[in-house]
Amino acid sequence: MIAHLPILQVVIPLLAAPLCMVVRIPRLAWTIALLASSGAFAISLLLLQTVLETGTVSYLLGGWPSPWGIEYRIDQLNAYVLLLVTSLGTIVLFSAPTSLGQELPADRHPLFCTAYLLCLAGLLGVTATGDVFNLFVFLELSSLSSYTLIALGSDRRALTAAYRYLIMGTIGATFILIGIGLMYMTTGTLNMYDLAQRLPEMSQPRTLLTAFAFFVTGVCLKLALFPLHQWLPNAYAHAPSVVTAFLAATATKVAIYVLVRFVYSIFGTEFSFSTMPLQTIFLIAALLGIFICSVSAIYQSNVKHIFAYSSVAQIGYMILAFSFGTATGLIAMLLHLFNHALMKGALFLAVGAVIYRVGSSQLQDFSGMGRHMPWTMAAIVAAGLSLIGVPLSVGFVSKWYLVVAALEQDMWPIAVLVLLGSLLAIAYVWRLVEVAYYQQADNAHVDVQEAPISLLIPIWTLVAANVYFGIDTRLTVGVSEMATRALFGAGP
Amino acid sequence: MNVLGLYNYWVVMVLMMLGFYIVISQGNLIKKIIGLSIFQASVFILYISMAKVAGGTAPILDESISTYSNPLPHVLILTAIVVGVATTALGLALVVRIRESYGTIEEDEIQAQDEEA
Amino acid sequence: MTAVAVVLMRDLFAVVMLTGIYSLLSASFFVVFDAVDVAFTEAAVGAGISTLLMLSTLTLTGRYAKESTQKPWLALAIVTVTGALLIYGTLDMPTIGSASAPIHQHVAPRYLNDSMQEIAVPNVVTSVLASYRGYDTLGESFVIFTAGIGVLALLMVLQRRRASDVDAHGPMHQHLILRIVAKILIPLILLFALYVQFHGDYGPGGGFQAGVIFAAAIILYSMLFGLSAARQTISQPLIFALSAVGVLLYGGVGVACMLLGGNYLDYDALAEDPVAGQHLGILLVELGVGITVASVMIIIFFTFNGRSLSERGRRR
Repeated sequence: MIAHLPILQVVIPLLAAPLCMVVRIPRLAWTIALLASSGAFAISLLLLQTVLETGTVSYLLGGWPSPWGIEYRIDQLNAYVLLLVTSLGTIVLFSAPTSLGQELPADRHPLFCTAYLLCLAGLLGVTATGDVFNLFVFLELSSLSSYTLIALGSDRRALTAAYRYLIMGTIGATFILIGIGLMYMTTGTLNMYDLAQRLPEMSQPRTLLTAFAFFVTGVCLKLALFPLHQWLPNAYAHAPSVVTAFLAATATKVAIYVLVRFVYSIFGTEFSFSTMPLQTIFLIAALLGIFICSVSAIYQSNVKHIFAYSSVAQIGYMILAFSFGTATGLIAMLLHLFNHALMKGALFLAVGAVIYRVGSSQLQDFSGMGRHMPWTMAAIVAAGLSLIGVPLSVGFVSKWYLVVAALEQDMWPIAVLVLLGSLLAIAYVWRLVEVAYYQQADNAHVDVQEAPISLLIPIWTLVAANVYFGIDTRLTVGVSEMATRALFGAGP
Repeated sequence: MNVLGLYNYWVVMVLMMLGFYIVISQGNLIKKIIGLSIFQASVFILYISMAKVAGGTAPILDESISTYSNPLPHVLILTAIVVGVATTALGLALVVRIRESYGTIEEDEIQAQDEEA
Repeated sequence: MTAVAVVLMRDLFAVVMLTGIYSLLSASFFVVFDAVDVAFTEAAVGAGISTLLMLSTLTLTGRYAKESTQKPWLALAIVTVTGALLIYGTLDMPTIGSASAPIHQHVAPRYLNDSMQEIAVPNVVTSVLASYRGYDTLGESFVIFTAGIGVLALLMVLQRRRASDVDAHGPMHQHLILRIVAKILIPLILLFALYVQFHGDYGPGGGFQAGVIFAAAIILYSMLFGLSAARQTISQPLIFALSAVGVLLYGGVGVACMLLGGNYLDYDALAEDPVAGQHLGILLVELGVGITVASVMIIIFFTFNGRSLSERGRRR
C-alpha cells in the first residue's frame, strides 16, 4: 500500500466528498469528512517520512509512463506543503459543526462538508501533481468549491464577495490556461519534470516569455499578491468563520507553492531572475503590499477585515523573501508559509469563536471580551504576538530568517523595512487588545460566556503549535533547508 | 517567418482580449460572466489551432489515413470546456442570489447599497 | 464579429443569443480544424446548456443592462498591454499546420501510433481522454459535480409547499402540436444519447456529450409538461444520488484497479487481457462521466427553475 500513498492522499478526500452528499445526515456527513481528512493527514505524515528517507517519489497514474500519462511527483517541497494543508484542514474541520451551527441551516451542512472536502482534495491535487494541465483541473476544483464555501456566509455581502472572487479567480485561471497552452506549444509536453528538461533547449524565447508572464500573473491573482488582492479582504471577511480559517491557512499557500514550483523547478532560477525582471517587480509589489495593507488593517472596523488585510501584508513578506532569489530567502519564505498558516488558522478560528458568542465581527462588539471569554482572547493575543514576531513564537523564526536573507544581500534598508512592518502589526493587534481588555462590554453582551470546548480545543492546538514550532524548529527549518537544497541543485 | 501562417492566432488574440475587456469594463454582472465565457472560448480556439496539422484529419484512426491532427489539445479542451461551463453555472447561481438580496445586478448600485449598510 | 456586438449591446437577451451564435461559430471552426469531439461538446455546451442557463437567469434578474458609467480607459489599457504581449508571443510560434512544430513531435506521436495496440480504440481522443489522461477526466467530472453542489447550496429552495401549487403546467403547455412532436422526439433523443455514450470509441462522442444530450431531453420534457410533472417522473433525491454515483463509479474503477494490483486507473489490471481491460475501464468511466454530467445538468436546471417558481409564488 505504501507505493500508492501519493494517490491515496488525494483520492480519499475526493471520494469521501460525494459520500457526504449522499448520507444527508449532518452529523454523519461531518464524521465522514473528519475521517477522510484525518486519513489524508496521516498519509501526508507517512509521505513526508518516505520522501525524507528515500528521496523523490513518483507515481504513474493509469500505469502510463510519463510524459504520456499523468504523473504524481512528491519531493520534500510538496510533501511539506501537503502536510501543512492536511493538518490545518483537519484541525479547522474539527470545529466546523459548532461554529457553523449559527451561520448555516442544518440541512446544508452535508453540502458544506462535500464542498470542504472537494476544496481540500483540489488543493492536495494541485500540490501533488507533476503535470501542468492536471494542476489546472485541480486548481479549478479547489477554486469552484471555495467560491461555494464563501457564498455560504450568512451576510448578503458574502455573495458579492464570492462573485468577485469568482470573476478574478477565473481570469487568473484563464491566464494560467494560456500560459500552459503556450508552454505546451513550445515544448510539446505537459509533464513538469519533462518541461524542465526541455525548456532550456527551446529556441522560441518570445513565446516562452509570454507563457511565463501569463502563468505568473495568473498565479499571482490566485495568491493575492498586491495589487491583485482586491478579492481577498471581502471574501475572508464575509465567509463563514471556518471557511475563512481554512482558506487563509491553505489556499494562498498552495498558490505560492505553485509559484515556487514553476519558477525554481520548471523555468529555473536563471531564466526567472535574469531574463525576466521578476525580482524587481516582486520586490516592489511585496513592499507596497506590506505597507499599504498593514496600514489599511489598522483602519478597519471589522475584526475579520483587519486580519484579512494583514494576510495580504504577510503574503507580501513571503514574496519579498522569494524575490531575493537566494537559498536563504527561499528558506525564509517556506518557513513563513508554514508559520503564517499556523498563526492565521489560530486567529481566524478564535475570532470565529467570539463571533459565535457575540454574533458580530465588528471591533466595537469585541469590547470587554478579555474578561468574558478569557481563553479565546488569550489565544488571539498569543497568535497576535506570533504575527508580530515576538521571540519564542513561530513568527519570530520566520522574521529572523527573512532579515538574515536581506542582510546577506546587503539590502539592509529592506531589513529595516521588515522591522517597521512589524511595528504596524503591533498597531493593529493592539487596537483589538485595547478594546477587548480595557473597555467594558456592551450592555447587550454582559452575559456572554466562554466559547464551547469544541471550539477551544482546535484553537489552542494551533496556538500550541505556534509556540512549539517557535522553539523546536527542527522539522520546519530542516525540511525547508532540504527542499531548498533540492531546488537549487535541480536548477540548470 | 510566415506572417500569413500566424494570422489566425492574431484573430484569436483579438477575440480573447475582447472577452477580457468585457469582463473588466462592464458593470453588469451577467455581462461579466458572458465576457468570461467568450474569453475562455477564445482560449479554446487557440489550443485547437495549435493542434492542426496541414493535410491531417480528425484523430480517429483508420487504415487509409496517414496524417492526423494532434489529439492531445482536443482532450485538454474537452476538459476545459467542462470546467468553463461549471464556472458559468456557479457564477449565474451567484448572480441570481445577488439579485434576490440586492434587487439589482449592476455593480455600482450594489456597491452603493453596501456602503450604506 | 459577434463578440464586438456583445460589448455594445445593452439588451441582455440579445447578448445571450449572440453568445450562443459565437459558440456555434467556434464549434464550426473546431470542425474545420479537425477537432470533431470538441466541436460536438462546444455546440452542446456553449450553444446549448450555457445559453439555456443564461436565459433561466435572465427570467430571474431582468433583461436590460444599464449604460456603463465606468471609465473604460484603465480597462482598455490593461487589455491593450495584455494583447500586445500575446501578439509578441506569437512572433516565434510555428505557423499553423506545420507538422514539424515541437507540439507534434514529442508526446503526441505515441498516442497516434501506439494507441491501437495498447487500447484498440480508433478514436484517439477517447483513448487519451479516458485512459492516458484519465485522471484529468476524473478531475473534470468532479469539477462539474462541484458546480452542482455549489448551485444546490446557493439556490436550493426548502420545499415546504408543494411546487405543483404554483405551476401546474409548463410554459408551453398550450401548444398541442409541440407536445405531440415532443412525445415522439424525446425517446429518440434519449436513444441518441445512449448511442453517443457507447459509440464514443469509434466516432466523436462519449460520456460527456451523451450526458448533455440526455439532460437536454429531460429539460425539454420539463419545459413542455411542467417542472412538477418532470419532478414526478424523476425524483429529486434520485438525481442527487445519481450525480454522486457517477463520480463514485469513476473513482471506484480507479480503486478497483488498485485492488487488482495495478496503479490507480490502470485498466490493464481489470481483465486478463490488457486490451479487454482497457475496453472495460473506458466503458465504465465514460458511463460514470455520463451519469454525473446528465444528473448535474438536470439538478442545475431544476434548481434554477424551481427558484423562479418559488419567487413567483412569493410575489403573488
